[in-house]
Amino acid sequence: MAGYAVRRLVQAMLILLGVSFITFFLLYVLPADPVRQIAGRSATPQTVANIREQLGLDQPFLVQYWRYMAGLFQGDMGRSYLQKTDVATLIAARLPASLLLMAAGIFAELCIGLTMGVIAALWRGRSIDNSLMMTSFVTVSAPQFVVALLLLYVFAVKLGWFPIGGYGTAAHLVLPAMTLGVLGSGWYARMMRSSMVEVLRSDFVRTARAKGLTRGRVILRHAMPNAILPIIAMIGIDIGIFMGGIVVVEGVFGWPGIGQLAWQAIQRVDIPIIMGVTLVSACAIVLGNLLADLITPLVDPRIRIR
Amino acid sequence: MSDVAVTPAAVRRPDGVWARLRRRKLALFGMAIVVLMVGSAILAPWIAPYDPFEQHFEGLSLYGEPLPPGGDFLLGTDLLGRDLLSRLLYGARTSLIIGVVANGIALVIGTLIGLVAGFFRGWIGSVLMRFTDLMMAFPALLLAICLAAIFQPSLWIVAFVIAMVNWVQTARVIYTETTALTERDFIAAERTLGASTPRIVFKHILPHLIPMIVVWGTLGISTTVLLEATLSYLGVGVQPPTPSWGNIIFENQTYFQSAPWLVFFPGAAIVVLALAFNLVGDALRDVLDPTLRGSN
Repeated sequence: MAGYAVRRLVQAMLILLGVSFITFFLLYVLPADPVRQIAGRSATPQTVANIREQLGLDQPFLVQYWRYMAGLFQGDMGRSYLQKTDVATLIAARLPASLLLMAAGIFAELCIGLTMGVIAALWRGRSIDNSLMMTSFVTVSAPQFVVALLLLYVFAVKLGWFPIGGYGTAAHLVLPAMTLGVLGSGWYARMMRSSMVEVLRSDFVRTARAKGLTRGRVILRHAMPNAILPIIAMIGIDIGIFMGGIVVVEGVFGWPGIGQLAWQAIQRVDIPIIMGVTLVSACAIVLGNLLADLITPLVDPRIRIR
Repeated sequence: MSDVAVTPAAVRRPDGVWARLRRRKLALFGMAIVVLMVGSAILAPWIAPYDPFEQHFEGLSLYGEPLPPGGDFLLGTDLLGRDLLSRLLYGARTSLIIGVVANGIALVIGTLIGLVAGFFRGWIGSVLMRFTDLMMAFPALLLAICLAAIFQPSLWIVAFVIAMVNWVQTARVIYTETTALTERDFIAAERTLGASTPRIVFKHILPHLIPMIVVWGTLGISTTVLLEATLSYLGVGVQPPTPSWGNIIFENQTYFQSAPWLVFFPGAAIVVLALAFNLVGDALRDVLDPTLRGSN
């Protein structure tokens, strides 16, 4: 197990190295010129050349990449071209908001998805099962911004229960978290349903019933904990999915996380910030997958690692 | 006697894909929607009540506000007084063109990479699959937004960007399947008979992969449609005035509190189209993938 963990960790590091190289390369070859953005339209060629030299952008690609990586290993993610602040500082200031949203979103997904899955499994084949599975199909087919705008319209504009956007109180968190919750619940519902159906068929559940335990007790104490095991690994993968869609949700609700930071940076070709946020997101994705792989054998000893 | 003691199920001729698909109500429902959407996209110039680009003078209220659904404009008008229904019908073209093109490119790349990696293995296989792992770790939407924002987006750039972030799943599935296939006896037999590598790949491996390609191709259209809508909604996808369901919402978003239909109709169109392809793809997977049969 320890050997496996170390091997996976090394693999994760290599993947992150690759991601950093490709992102850096893509941003290097892109037709948009950051120096033009900094210098402004009326800058003389001399000024442009000076800024280029100052930022080290006149160096060959590999030299630039080497400098960036050398800085990165010392905790230096470079400086924003336009905000004149360290990227690490900017990201550190925004990250807590994103992590809070992620935690709340995953919590909402689990609450909605697991409930749907358990109900569907218990009434398998009935109309409630069919309609829940249809619902789960709809939620995986809906784009984030549509669900976000719909919730915004109903609960903020029409009912006025929650603020339209912003950050600060628990009320601000509800709608963005619900958006993620509704969207992610479909996958969890389907997983939970099939897992639960399988567990309900197993011998130990039949034994528990035969012992004379009540139906409620069998479901809550015997079936559900076992059915949830395979779901735990999904949470790790979900972190990656969240990181992928973060720009949209934060944009709609004006949530001041790293998604918004990235969005502003993309519009102004602020390359160090784009690079930084991409790396942080990739880190989260890789860590999430790693966690999923490492947790599975821990919670379910039947799964052996070679 | 043992050779006649077959079960009735084994005697019955296996049903065709279509026959098995036809028994699934949800799949039929999905197919009906797909046919309807494709039909209205193709026929848009004939069935659209108005020109999607025409800004009607009577399409705005006295205060210059968009008109709600009903009356002359069935689904209402947008900020510029254009007919929403006509724009949605033409928008279906955008979504479907991108869905088919982007997904087609992604499918070809994914199949090629998965096939080559799975068939040859060795260092080529390792390099290709490590690259695929690497792409899995990319925040795909962020990458797509970044690329789309910096290239001047056009329909084809958007399709290309979506394809670049969408081939990964296919590559992994095809890889797994190909590695399993190359171990099978009939491939070893072909080799012994002296069949050339292209012959084995194209005549014997590829045909076995087709069900899987069909399934992922169908499910992929749904992913592609969603991604296009998201990029267009952010303003880095298909550019107005070319209508796309995503950019209709992008253009009218500021008014959405007073004119919610400008968000709801295009939003519903996106969900319904993505749902239809998901339903068909899911049913196809159940029908075509023998390993999953009976799992429901």
